[in-house]
Amino acid sequence: MPSSRTLKLAAIGTAAGLFSGLFGVGGGTVIVPLLIFWLAYGERLATGTSLAAIVLIGLLGAIAQGGIYGNVHVGTGLLLSIPAIAGVVLGTAIQQRIPQRAVSLLFAALLIGVAVELIVR
Amino acid sequence: MIDELLAVLIALAGGLAGGLVGVGGGVLFVPALTIFLGLTQVEGESTSLLMIVVVALVGAARQNAYGNLNLRDAALIGVLSPLGVLAGVAAANEIPQRALELSFAGLVLLIAYELIRRALSQTPD
Repeated sequence: MPSSRTLKLAAIGTAAGLFSGLFGVGGGTVIVPLLIFWLAYGERLATGTSLAAIVLIGLLGAIAQGGIYGNVHVGTGLLLSIPAIAGVVLGTAIQQRIPQRAVSLLFAALLIGVAVELIVR
Repeated sequence: MIDELLAVLIALAGGLAGGLVGVGGGVLFVPALTIFLGLTQVEGESTSLLMIVVVALVGAARQNAYGNLNLRDAALIGVLSPLGVLAGVAAANEIPQRALELSFAGLVLLIAYELIRRALSQTPD
């Protein structure tokens, strides 16, 4: 039998995939709070681990959409990734300098935005 | 020109959100690509996936340098997610979309409430 820790991680992976399949909302919305609630992760460790999991999830999706359906505009995507990379480097640097509970509150604000977007859709 | 500039600013904000709270940033990348750069919804969502991979990769590398990454757990979550994607796509075709959106909105609000409750009951670190 796999350990309960492994089962929780498996459930988080499946739930993250489920919600991206259903709503196109990225897995991070699900991964970060579940790592905090179920595995007692601190906010910084939860967000770092979530980003690494998203690399795999996004890669599978991008390969399917790009390789099979030809819907990925590679040039535009890479060009627009430049400011996005600047943002993520800045964001992770800022995150190291604010209290972990502030990360939780920012995340809650993001979730409220996602809920509003789903309701008014 | 204004459209391109706005797309760049929104992409920057998407990356910033990704770094701060550990999400991919697709919520912002998709409108930047569709509204301001003229891609269709499907093309925007697909291209956003490519951007998410790039941003998450750089963000994960930065967090790893800061000591905030459990690679083994991340690999397990990532590897098992395709099962969920398949189930999600199947479910989306069986259950009315509106009911799904509203129930997910409710779940998301519940998670937000729990995060706020815990954050406010913690002692600052």
